[in-house]
Amino acid sequence: MAKPKIATTSLAGCFGCHMSVLDIDERILKLAELVDFDKSPINDIKRFTGQCEVGLIEGGCANAENVEVLRYFRDHCKILISLGECAIMGGLPAMRNGIPLKECLQEAFLNGPSVVDGMIPNDPDLPLILDKVYPCHEVVKIDYFLPGCPPNADLIWESLVALLSGKEADLPYELIKYD
Amino acid sequence: MEPYAQHLEKHMRKVVIDPVTRVEGHGKVTIVQDDEGHIDRTRLLIVEFRGFERFVQGRPYWEAPVVVQRLCGICPVSHHLAAAKAMDVVVGVGPDGLSPTAEKMRRLMHYGQMLQSHALHFYHLCSPDLLFGFDSAVMKRNVLAVAAEYPDLAYQGIMLRKYGQEIIKSTAGKKIHGTGAIPGGINKNLSTAERDSHLKDIDRIIDWSKASVDLVKKVHGQNPDYFDGFASFESNHLSIVRKDGALDLYHGNLRAVDKDGEKIFDQVEPADYLEHIGEEIKSWSYMKFPFIRKLGKRKGWYRVGPLARLNCCDFIPSPLAQKEFEEFRAYTGGKPNNFSLHYHWARMIEMLHSAEMIKELLTDKDLQGTDLVRMGKKTHEGVGLIEAPRGTLFHHYKVDDRDQITMCNLIVSTTNNNEPMNSAVAKVADQHLEGKKITEDLLNYVEVAIRAYDPCLSCATHALGRMPLKLELRDTRGNLIHSLIRGASGS
Ligand code: SF4
Repeated sequence: MAKPKIATTSLAGCFGCHMSVLDIDERILKLAELVDFDKSPINDIKRFTGQCEVGLIEGGCANAENVEVLRYFRDHCKILISLGECAIMGGLPAMRNGIPLKECLQEAFLNGPSVVDGMIPNDPDLPLILDKVYPCHEVVKIDYFLPGCPPNADLIWESLVALLSGKEADLPYELIKYD
Repeated sequence: MEPYAQHLEKHMRKVVIDPVTRVEGHGKVTIVQDDEGHIDRTRLLIVEFRGFERFVQGRPYWEAPVVVQRLCGICPVSHHLAAAKAMDVVVGVGPDGLSPTAEKMRRLMHYGQMLQSHALHFYHLCSPDLLFGFDSAVMKRNVLAVAAEYPDLAYQGIMLRKYGQEIIKSTAGKKIHGTGAIPGGINKNLSTAERDSHLKDIDRIIDWSKASVDLVKKVHGQNPDYFDGFASFESNHLSIVRKDGALDLYHGNLRAVDKDGEKIFDQVEPADYLEHIGEEIKSWSYMKFPFIRKLGKRKGWYRVGPLARLNCCDFIPSPLAQKEFEEFRAYTGGKPNNFSLHYHWARMIEMLHSAEMIKELLTDKDLQGTDLVRMGKKTHEGVGLIEAPRGTLFHHYKVDDRDQITMCNLIVSTTNNNEPMNSAVAKVADQHLEGKKITEDLLNYVEVAIRAYDPCLSCATHALGRMPLKLELRDTRGNLIHSLIRGASGS
């Protein structure tokens, strides 16, 4: 039987959640025995090669492209997991939600002390920025949530193994304590 | 109307690579080509925007080291420390006022970070290109394929990174987004148990780091002309150096040299960075374009990161790395090394240096000291500079009487390399795509060039975006004529 496939993506996140996946260290080689990796920023598969069992989503939705990618993942993954605070509730990037977007752009591109002849970038190649940063479950259905900033590597490992083997996850208190 | 279509002259088409993979963060490349296959222009752009500069305003100053590191989960320690260093100035301690325990704990954290980040970049992200070739099959271009063919190497890479992460955990409290550094010092020392567990493995880590330098030299030796020529161009270089000109990744003053090694400026204090560095904005990218003011926008851009650091410093203050450095310098006759792919070589020399420094620090009794935090007379402004794995990182804050941040300016490492990465893309397009029908395999050449710079587009995104790669060929009316999209929509 073919191994189940797993895909990952980073939306409006800092890549810290992906780094925490890599923090399972040697177990990454074990994980490779259990699953095949499909589309992910850590390999060069840029389009899904088929349906996946599990999709890990890091980061919330801050622009139109994030929304597009998230929907693309929903279409291709049986189980979708919000990995980390940004995916679950917008996280740090959502700190801009209470501030008009224009002020954020002005501060970065017009007011910055090192800026010379400022202007706000505006080009058709730049995806539309959303008014707010949205958590993933407000955009598509999410099946599981792994909290933490980032989630502990052992939490990620235990959860994935449980999910893939159909056993109940054994999560001691230390793993579900998060910041 | 399709993007750019109205700007394209007749017989021009645009190729888009979206997303660039095996880099940290997200980015996109566009290449405009005419009907004869002549490359008209290329761009690497960042499409994401966060707005950190604005939303940290009003937050208490002591939050900055914890909050701002969430720009980037790949080198959070660099942001954590740069913000802490800026806030040291705000609490009136400054770089020279820290207790020995605080400074050395932070240094240990930073060398741990350097080790894990350089190992990650070299083994997890780039080794497939170097071991299998730039045009190897897509399914082979990942670390698991390396593990299948070279299990010892992959294991070595994974364990090097792990060691660095464990050092970070012992100093910052957590592997990613720790809280160890606080304004004026550090909140923990190193226990003897932690020390002993790290000391046990350090010699092996140094051996592996040395073996990593040898591996780069071996790959280079197989085809030196190709390696040297790939995406290479001359540029200025910038980094911080110690007062005596030594490589110092944690603290020092700014030095910039030109392509021939002549100093453009030297020993510029962090607080004076604005006199020398400006940033240009271009309409098509959220990532800014820094330049040396004296030389102007067109000529003032520069490279940062491992290559630039080894071009700027006079020596490396640890024996094994110094030996490698001498060989590195001799290769270009003592002049700056302007070969893009030699970033890998420089990076592994720095990894070796970091491992040596970790060993030196671990045997230093100051790490068990109890003088952790100092306070002085408050000020309202602080600049903190550090050499992050990817290059010079600038953090600049103003704080009001109520301890709230009123201004934040960040020039992140990868942003400094914006123009160089664009030059590398242009160079590869010229070397490998000019006059050809662009295929998916050829696109990896573009990515190999970008990867050499180890861009962290996550960081660069603090004001910007993501690093995907999508390839589309459009006719002059912007209609899609051929698509090799590897991007998000996949359609
Ligand atoms: S949850 Fe934390 S670690 Fe994960 S992407 Fe967001 S900021 Fe980064």
